[in-house]
Amino acid sequence: MKLEELEMRYVPRIEPLFSGPGWMALGAFALVTLVVLPLLYLLPAADSALHVSSYTITLAGKIMCYCIVAMAMNLIWGYTGILSLGHGVFFALGGYAFGMYLMRQIGREGQYQSDLPDFMVFLDWKAFPWFWTGSEHFLWSATLVILAPGLLALAFGYFAFRSRIKGVYFSIITQAMTFAFMLLFFRNDTGFGGNNGFTDFKRVLGFPITAPSTRAAIFAMTALALIGVVFLTRYLIRSKVGRVLTAIRDSESRLMFSGYNPLGYKLFVWTLSAVLCGIAGALYVPQVGIINPSEMSPANSIEIAVWVAVGGRGSLIGPLLGAAVVNGAKSFFTQTFPEYWLFFLGLLFILVTLFLPRGVIGLLSPARWRRT
Amino acid sequence: MNTISEEISVSGNTSGLSHVLQGGVDITHGPILYLDDITVSFDGFKALSKLTLTVEAGELRCVIGPNGAGKTTMMDVITGKTRPDEGSAYFGQTIDLARLTEPEIAHAGIGRKFQKPTVFENHTVFENLELAMKTDKRVWASLRARLSAEQLDRICKTLELIKLQGEAGRLAGLLSHGQKQWLEIGMLLMQEPRLLLLDEPVAGMTDEETERTAELFKSLAGERSVVVVEHDMEFIGSIASVVTVLHEGAVLAEGTMDAVKNDERVIEVYLGR
Repeated sequence: MKLEELEMRYVPRIEPLFSGPGWMALGAFALVTLVVLPLLYLLPAADSALHVSSYTITLAGKIMCYCIVAMAMNLIWGYTGILSLGHGVFFALGGYAFGMYLMRQIGREGQYQSDLPDFMVFLDWKAFPWFWTGSEHFLWSATLVILAPGLLALAFGYFAFRSRIKGVYFSIITQAMTFAFMLLFFRNDTGFGGNNGFTDFKRVLGFPITAPSTRAAIFAMTALALIGVVFLTRYLIRSKVGRVLTAIRDSESRLMFSGYNPLGYKLFVWTLSAVLCGIAGALYVPQVGIINPSEMSPANSIEIAVWVAVGGRGSLIGPLLGAAVVNGAKSFFTQTFPEYWLFFLGLLFILVTLFLPRGVIGLLSPARWRRT
Repeated sequence: MNTISEEISVSGNTSGLSHVLQGGVDITHGPILYLDDITVSFDGFKALSKLTLTVEAGELRCVIGPNGAGKTTMMDVITGKTRPDEGSAYFGQTIDLARLTEPEIAHAGIGRKFQKPTVFENHTVFENLELAMKTDKRVWASLRARLSAEQLDRICKTLELIKLQGEAGRLAGLLSHGQKQWLEIGMLLMQEPRLLLLDEPVAGMTDEETERTAELFKSLAGERSVVVVEHDMEFIGSIASVVTVLHEGAVLAEGTMDAVKNDERVIEVYLGR
């Protein structure tokens, strides 16, 4: 047989970035989150049936932040097979980095009318600690949002992956890491507001932070970030890097004997995942209005893994659904039957593990799992 | 269907880049692999005890031995998975295997097939070959990697060679045992190794497949060196020029199949006849 014929028959077609329905779903999502919801929030009168409340916008924005975290978790766990139980720390570091800027924006409008944030006045500090230098500049804080989680992940990952720490051992030390950071941030002397963290924000880039137009803008930016992460993940997974990552998950030793050094790939995807979490954290803080060390509690990081497991790890859309469904259920339960939420979460996790190993997405489309 | 040897020579003759990458194995003095006085112990148990073995460039060597003789440990030492406690292992004249990691050794030109066929089960047959192909395997190169026409040709030729052209788009996990063995051999060939280490390559194959495999290995020798660990005596008889018998981590006998078969000590410990 001629080679050309062979290629015609056997070489897989290069897959499009998204299928037709995929593009349509993305477009619909962009339309709703970038145009429809912000307009319904800003334009109709508060008593109109069409009006979307501040509560709804904030909740939806918060859930989109969680969706970004779930996508980031999926990169490292779903595709690469490395379970992190410490992703909360990257989320919180991004939040703190941006929170520093928001604290500086309060200016002299705090309780004590000082240039320093209230908690520093309370501690009788006279000047900002060195690591607050430059935090009044938006661009530097935005850089820190990426640098802080990125550098921590890079250093932690380098030593862990170089020592070939794998599986449950890796999960345990990530859990220990987030716990250690939580204890560190609880201390008042650390310089991040102790157990109260940062709150009472007034402005962002000079705009009042609770004004509907500001909220709508941050909401739309979160949606854009989420869409960007979907594109990035899809691009990455379709590239040869994506195939190497799933090969690490499925048979790391075969990959090494094929001449790949997994260290570089693991570090790359681990650091990328941490940075995405940091960005999600930075978008989360101005919407929720508070960041404190409880975001670093081990349970929070475990919950991230639950979202991904529920949605379906190793699929593009599954983790997104998982984060949305679990957090939607959470806000419903904590309002109506607050005492039953944790039981429900535990039950959900058990049921999904037993009956839906591919998560919710496995129910909808078995084919999607197969290819990724 | 072209003959196997023709296809091999085509697939072996690739772009200039791969020759540069492959360079550095100095075989001017003949041998491609030197193992000298290698000792490996696990908790006091000596898996290898002063093993000395030399493989000539282009040779097809078979290694046999009873269970626990140290065959797989020897492969682990050569591929960098296990570090020897004593002794030295050289690839060509100059490459000290004890100082390289597994991926570095693979890059230097040693390919390994595992005892249990090990392929990427959630990837298609085509993707398995693509991943194994000799190229720059660092992250940034992989991010931008696009298959060139030449690389596509190589993958297609290997697909034909391992008779999996009809399965190119199937997941490797869905292949039969024998097909997985062939796919793994195909992956090794895509790496363009100078030395192939094959751990029980015909286990689970039908007689016809075994015969074809023997033919393939014989055609590989010459350009590449091949070390086969196998239990199937008939298979070894059909391919080997020199057979090495391992026992308790050291070489017990070495020679042609006939000479080894008639060696008293070999009969005692291994053949048991």
